[in-house]
Amino acid sequence: MEPILELKNINYAYHNLEGETKALTDISFSVFPGEFVSIVGPSGCGKSTLLSIICGLIEPEKGLIKLSGKYLRDSTTNIGYMLQHDHLFEWRTVYHNVLLGLEIQHMLSARSRGHAHELLELYGLKQFEHAKPSELSGGMRQRAALIRTLVLDPDILLLDEPFSALDYQTRLSVGNDIGQILRDAHKTAILVTHDLSEAVSLADRVIVLTARPAAIAKEIKVTFELEEDTPMCRRNAPEFKHYFNLIWKELNTNA
Amino acid sequence: MHDIYTGQHQAPGLPGSHERVSEISAGQQRYLHGRKKHRRIVRASRAAILLAFLFLWEFTANTGIIDSFIFSSPSRIALCFWEMVKDKSIFLHLGSTLYETIVSFLLTTAVSILAAVLLWCSSKLSEILDPYLVVLNSLPKSALAPLLIVWLGATQTTIIVAGMSVAIFGSILSLYTSFIGVDPEKIKLIYTMQGNKWHALTKVVLPSSIPAIISNMKVNIGLCLVGVVIGEFLAARSGLGYLIIYSSQVFIWEGILIKCDIDNSKTSDSIPIWLHLYNSPNFSNPVCNAA
Repeated sequence: MEPILELKNINYAYHNLEGETKALTDISFSVFPGEFVSIVGPSGCGKSTLLSIICGLIEPEKGLIKLSGKYLRDSTTNIGYMLQHDHLFEWRTVYHNVLLGLEIQHMLSARSRGHAHELLELYGLKQFEHAKPSELSGGMRQRAALIRTLVLDPDILLLDEPFSALDYQTRLSVGNDIGQILRDAHKTAILVTHDLSEAVSLADRVIVLTARPAAIAKEIKVTFELEEDTPMCRRNAPEFKHYFNLIWKELNTNA
Repeated sequence: MHDIYTGQHQAPGLPGSHERVSEISAGQQRYLHGRKKHRRIVRASRAAILLAFLFLWEFTANTGIIDSFIFSSPSRIALCFWEMVKDKSIFLHLGSTLYETIVSFLLTTAVSILAAVLLWCSSKLSEILDPYLVVLNSLPKSALAPLLIVWLGATQTTIIVAGMSVAIFGSILSLYTSFIGVDPEKIKLIYTMQGNKWHALTKVVLPSSIPAIISNMKVNIGLCLVGVVIGEFLAARSGLGYLIIYSSQVFIWEGILIKCDIDNSKTSDSIPIWLHLYNSPNFSNPVCNAA
């Protein structure tokens, strides 16, 4: 199967007047369609930088990125990006927040509006369509942000610690929700997180990065023998602890 | 679909999720009553302060504690105002000041938003122009007014420009500050959706700066009025600034008049133009206080 995303020898450094700070060294990996990959690493190691590079927001200094076999610049693959905070605009209703991407990409039509309504209904926000974001709970806000991303029908979703701003209880249930939503929709996703249990409960594969300058320390395939493979069930499975400890050890030897 | 999508983990007390009690409980009633009382006290106190001030002014002026010739009194001001309403001169002056203020306010707002947008678009430009803006903002604008008359003539345009000159540089600086203060992550969100700078401006920067723009407008209208009055001091034939200068000069003239009478000399050749106006029979004195 052809990978939907291919990274080869990505290098990146930050520059300022005092000198340069290497952020990424020789990062290479591939992601296949429908796969859920988690990237974990010590804080400040350049995980978010990696997502910004994949999304094309910043250019790598060296290395190349291919999306479905084409270079990033010529690719038509749609990338969705979910940031750490929901960044719902307070001056728009939930519904109009969801339409933001469609407006920007000039894709507003009766059909896309209908799609937005469907997604809002599917994910339990129908009755809050005309509410202001401040009227929503943290978990609902994050779901609204997910719908804003999904309505653009992305082929790959980049998740930049999207649950880290939530309190623990909400975080578990929203992680569960969103993991389930993405799995049901067969979306390819890359999740950056520093929460190991989140990575294990959601991902098919975990990529462990070293401290700065980040390089790939190890790739760990995560498989659970479960009838119902949901994030919640995974947390209760015996294998969970095993994977958790494996990643923990890997992080500590490379930190 | 799944019951996990129905929002079972809503925070308690969330608007829309909590039930409103249809009958008002005793506690709620006490609360509402307390709020009403609070509002009444605030309103009554505000009115009382104004009335007390006016009363004190009137009282001290009438009993000679303060010189009513210099400080005037509320009743004399009201009377004077009524006189000016009767001969309709107040409307001419108010109207021209209002017109000049509004025009300079609208121009200031439009130009400063445009300039702030330009500065936001190019960080290089804003870095280049920053010291100039600071210097222009700290110029004593009232000192510029005589120059403006020399450059533009004693016209209404000059007065409008004088009004703008007071507000515009500070307005640009404060708008620009609020534009660059917009959360960079919100702008990043636009770029992750393949948006461009125009989208960042129209979807994020301008809408999120609306509170700043409005508070800026509130400051501007005051400053424009100040600038317009300064302009009118020097170059107007009508308006509140003209009225102020006129009355203060008439006040001085009375002093001169007394002196002239004592000296028994005719100095009509050296009397400035406004004194001719003052002496002309069909021109009623707009400022009763000085009369």
